[in-house]
Amino acid sequence: MEFPEGLKYSKEHEWVLVEGKTATIGITEYAQEELGDIVYVELPEIGEKIVKDDPFGAVESVKAVSDVYAPVSGSVLEVNDVLPDNPETINDDPYGDGWMIRIDLSDPDDLKDLMDAEEYAEYVAQQKEEEEEEEDEEDSDEEEEDDEEK
Amino acid sequence: MVEFAGWEMPVQYGGVIQEHLAVRHHAGLFDVSHMGEIELRGAEALELSQRITANDVSRMRIGQAQYNLLLNDRGGIVDDVIFYRIAEDAFLVCVNAANTDKDFLWIEKHIGQAAVTVENVSARYCQLALQGPRAQTILATLTSLDLSTLKSFHFDFADVAAIRCLVARTGYTGEDGFELYCDAAAGAQLWEALLSAGESDELIPAGLGARDTLRLEKAYPLYGHELDDDTTPLEAGLAWVTKFSKPNFLGREALIEQKNRGLTRKLVGLELLGPGIARANYELQAQDRAIGRITSGTKSPSLGKSIALGYVSFEDSEIGKHVDVNVRGRMVPAKIVPVPFYSR
Repeated sequence: MEFPEGLKYSKEHEWVLVEGKTATIGITEYAQEELGDIVYVELPEIGEKIVKDDPFGAVESVKAVSDVYAPVSGSVLEVNDVLPDNPETINDDPYGDGWMIRIDLSDPDDLKDLMDAEEYAEYVAQQKEEEEEEEDEEDSDEEEEDDEEK
Repeated sequence: MVEFAGWEMPVQYGGVIQEHLAVRHHAGLFDVSHMGEIELRGAEALELSQRITANDVSRMRIGQAQYNLLLNDRGGIVDDVIFYRIAEDAFLVCVNAANTDKDFLWIEKHIGQAAVTVENVSARYCQLALQGPRAQTILATLTSLDLSTLKSFHFDFADVAAIRCLVARTGYTGEDGFELYCDAAAGAQLWEALLSAGESDELIPAGLGARDTLRLEKAYPLYGHELDDDTTPLEAGLAWVTKFSKPNFLGREALIEQKNRGLTRKLVGLELLGPGIARANYELQAQDRAIGRITSGTKSPSLGKSIALGYVSFEDSEIGKHVDVNVRGRMVPAKIVPVPFYSR
């Protein structure tokens, strides 16, 4: 799984590319993989103000819908017009053609709370471990139930 | 299922859409061993079955299968099941996983004086579903059973890859296909044998995500979504399963009363005319008036449309009617359409 250097990452699995006062935002490869086939994308309007930690859009796959949280605050300069008709672009190229919005950063200090690629890779590894533990717990619960039946 | 930052994750192998299309065009293999199995045996197994179900079990010969409903005395659906007549006086009943214990207790409670033994044999069976237009070609390489004469909703016992199976021409996808029941210990071996036999026919493993999108395109109900203890077969569009010609069965009187009084709500198919998926429990409105709720919805991989099932008040249930779905605060226009959504 790829987490490009030079991007900033949030705990909600969004990435941010900062160029001067402009930030481009999308969801990470881990996020798109966990969601599966993406079939609808909801994006904000140009000019809309988005607020750090509040949802600014949604990504919907066949089986699940998820809000996408703003990793930083600012006003929307541009949205990716390709996505409404080709939502699978996020699955195919989450860090490139699958970008979601471009904003004018209102507070560069917001970036301090984000992770770099190395920290995020570690964070994802932890999340995967927790998932596996949960699955193991579920498995052992099932075994116990089976024992009771016998 | 896995939890991911509050996201509900799909059960899939390579991707829901890819698996869905494989079943429609080639073949897919599902492990549905979670389904429960209950055996009814004894001189009065038929009598008991007739008493607690909606369909006419007496019409089945040995080797036939039948879609059926267990009903309560209010006409509500305890479960939707498949009956297999394995002998004159024995039935295997395939039930929904989550309902296995409920069904078993329900059947036991209604035995009364009947000469029947009821056994929950779920742990004994592995169940695999081989579904898709190439299912017969693939299965034929592993068994000497003549599949060309095995008709829909019929079954036989045969060796598949030298594993003893109940081979049924049934499924939940709307495609031709088979459901194979074998000894739980041989399940993994049967899975491997089928997958390798199907390699040249583009058979791939398919998960519960694809199973759900496939059944939804055909508008097959799913227990816990379209069906529950407070929903009757008349409301759910399952009047065809309910044989009032049977003089007596649990729920019959309540259903006749409902029929005479008229339905107050009905299950309908919906097509969304704007973006988004209508998911279970989303509210349906007509001119700002609440008229019902969604029970299941998805983006149909075969049709490319957003489709859903839901209950609406009877006066709002006509085909072609325009309604709105409240998709997380956004009103998305939709219209009532005939089901199934997809047919070959």
